[in-house]
Amino acid sequence: MASVTAAPEVMVTADGTPLKVSLHRALRRNKIRAFLLVLPLLAFLGFTFLWPIGVMMFRSVENSLVSTVMYRTVPLLAQWDETTGDLPDEAVFEALVQDVTEGFKNRTIGKVGTRLNYEEPGMSSIFRTSPKKFKKITEGPYKEKVIEAHKGWGDVDKWRLIKREGRPFTSSYYLAAIDRKLDNLGSITSQPAERQIYVKLFIRTLWMSALITGLCLLLGFPISFLLATLPTKTSNLLMILVLLPFWTSLLVRTTSWIAILQQHGVINDILVAIGLVSDDARLGMIHNQIGTVVAMTHILLPFMVLPLYSVMKTIPPSYMRAARSLGANPALAFWRVYMPQTVPGIGAGGILVFIIAIGYYITPALVGGTKGTLISNFIDYHMRVSLNWGLAAALGIILLGLILFLYIIYDRVVGIDNMKLG
Amino acid sequence: MSSEHSDYIVRFEEVQKSYDGVQLVVKNLNLDVSRGEFLTMLGPSGSGKTTCLMMLAGFETATHGEIYLDDVPINNVPPHKRGIGMVFQNYALFPHMTVAENLAFPLEVRNLGKSEIEAKVQRALDMVRLSEFGNRRPAQLSGGQQQRVAVARSLVFEPDLVLMDEPLGALDKNLREEMQYEIKHIHENLGVSMVYVTHDQSEALTMSNRIAVFDDGIIQQLSTPDDLYERPMNAFVASFIGENNKLNGRVVESNGELCTVEVDGAPIKALSVNHGGVGQGTTLSLRPERVTVGVEDDGSFPNVFSAKTEEIIYLGDHVRTRFSVCGHDDFIVKMPNAAGHIVLNEGESIKVGWHAEDCRALDA
Ligand SMILES: Nc1ncnc2c1ncn2[C@@H]1O[C@H](COP(=O)(O)OP(=O)(O)OP(=O)(O)O)[C@@H](O)[C@H]1O
Ligand SMILES: [Mg+2]
Repeated sequence: MASVTAAPEVMVTADGTPLKVSLHRALRRNKIRAFLLVLPLLAFLGFTFLWPIGVMMFRSVENSLVSTVMYRTVPLLAQWDETTGDLPDEAVFEALVQDVTEGFKNRTIGKVGTRLNYEEPGMSSIFRTSPKKFKKITEGPYKEKVIEAHKGWGDVDKWRLIKREGRPFTSSYYLAAIDRKLDNLGSITSQPAERQIYVKLFIRTLWMSALITGLCLLLGFPISFLLATLPTKTSNLLMILVLLPFWTSLLVRTTSWIAILQQHGVINDILVAIGLVSDDARLGMIHNQIGTVVAMTHILLPFMVLPLYSVMKTIPPSYMRAARSLGANPALAFWRVYMPQTVPGIGAGGILVFIIAIGYYITPALVGGTKGTLISNFIDYHMRVSLNWGLAAALGIILLGLILFLYIIYDRVVGIDNMKLG
Repeated sequence: MSSEHSDYIVRFEEVQKSYDGVQLVVKNLNLDVSRGEFLTMLGPSGSGKTTCLMMLAGFETATHGEIYLDDVPINNVPPHKRGIGMVFQNYALFPHMTVAENLAFPLEVRNLGKSEIEAKVQRALDMVRLSEFGNRRPAQLSGGQQQRVAVARSLVFEPDLVLMDEPLGALDKNLREEMQYEIKHIHENLGVSMVYVTHDQSEALTMSNRIAVFDDGIIQQLSTPDDLYERPMNAFVASFIGENNKLNGRVVESNGELCTVEVDGAPIKALSVNHGGVGQGTTLSLRPERVTVGVEDDGSFPNVFSAKTEEIIYLGDHVRTRFSVCGHDDFIVKMPNAAGHIVLNEGESIKVGWHAEDCRALDA
């Protein structure tokens, strides 16, 4: 029979369905089952993690307050040309009176005042005093009467601000979070020097987290090495000591640091007693950066020790022996052969400690004073005290971005597959 | 290898070792390793072979006694100053370095020049036929290739002495045999002294100049491979090396070189090697291939006994037959599958015979 070059044939199963289709069908059930198994966790994560983050992201740019409360004024302002330096026209002032009066009745106008006060101090008081005076204004001309009621309404900059913040979205929270603001004509400028705090705080947070990570590594490495090389019986005992902090309340640990470090605490008393420090020059070791660093290093140490230990445990002693037999002295053998193999543990411990430290909150709040607080303490402040959730959200999102950025750099430099958590 | 040194590169002198202060793991070890020699430590698990090697390499200290390297006592010399090459059982190749970097490591710590290092590394790679693999990580090599890298690394800095602790233990049978020859050839070509640890007797017999048979922390016998096989000095060595028929009996007459041993009522003529004298118990050792089947009682063999065939196992090139002789039913005879060999049936009785010189009277 003459051979014919056959066209590439689609493989089929016995009943004639193409093999690929049939394979796909066979795998689909497995895929669905796998999906169903992770579904509860996915739902939980979505509800407790992704959704709140989404909400926070939205809040950091969301700006509907002014436009909903002043729903007459804001659309009219859109037609006003703020660059000429002229005040808006009569109709805007009439709308203002109506909006403020209605807002006062609904108890919403105060919020607008607070919101605008974030951008420019003084706005809150204008909105607080205006409603009572506006009551008397029952007919036009509105412009003069309104300016008479509060001369702030005669200031073009205030109108520019209302026009700008009448838009549904704003960048002003993010700008505030990096010590910037929009000036009257909408270009970005620095905050006045006394209001520049967040950039410094971010830098301080990063640097203190790095310092804490470094200290944890410095203290954790020898301990992990000891744990990994001692016989199991002894190392288990030591391990319990390392884990002990996990079983003690965070508050107890932090407050005991206060007892140890404060001016009339254990350390100062000892130093005074042995005459190293005079009684009127007791060292301030708490409510400052020292306090934060010491307490947080103590709290985060296990997060460094555990991954390091688990990596070191897997390094057989024969590597060091091989290095020695090849002529390397103990220090060199350690540096060239042992250390490089602990890098996955250092990476994992380092990134773990750093990321926890960067968002840490209770300890710096308790022992940090003013000099030792971190960015998270300000996020907390804006969430609970000043109620400026937009700014809190912007700070939080920047922090998140920062961590992701560092994570990517880490991945590029060390490689995330090199990380070993246990 | 300068001539002003003695012929021995290593000397163990009355070395003892205990890990726990209760039990001696190595008991009074005396051992000399000649220059250029391939000496194997052979013994069952736990007999103290690795311990001896570790003391020599400097990772364990002798509890008592002295070890000399080139006639210098080395008990207080740290491992990295001993200049001994070593191959570990799991190879211990540094996983974060490439093959070439692994080989360069011992040269770098000796502060050699860059070009010299490169040349030596290349030569070492060529020696183990891995020239193409310099840039690979150890994890990207097969077991046999890793093993060759480990050998090359132990030799690249040109030590006079190389220690190997069961280097072939993790390889399959074919690869193991191939590597045995390769290591043997490297040894012959370079003229280094090697101390090799194994518990595989055929490996020991193939490779070594001399074998030290360890048991229970004591060297039972130290001889050449053929000596060990042909002339075992005690029952342990006889049964550990090769196959061996053991017959337990009592010495009834000792007459110079030869003696007569009564086994289950039958007198057997044997060679006196290591028995306690007339009246004492002894173990007779007889290799299965030294027994002739189907002999006549015509005086050509001093020992001729009737044997009952218990079991026949056909193994291709030879036939193993289990007989019942002199009250021992585990008496094995190997018969070569040559033309015209005797064909036996199970249950059949036949006469077997052996020479007195092939039957060694050892300790009980
Ligand atoms: N570090 C140690 N601590 C305590 N006892 C040990 C130690 N190393 C070995 N031993 C004991 O010493 C004895 C001899 O051990 P060694 O490792 O020398 O045996 P070996 O002959 O190399 O055996 P194998 O063929 O199994 O490797 C064993 O009983 C072992 O349990
Ligand atoms: Mg061993």
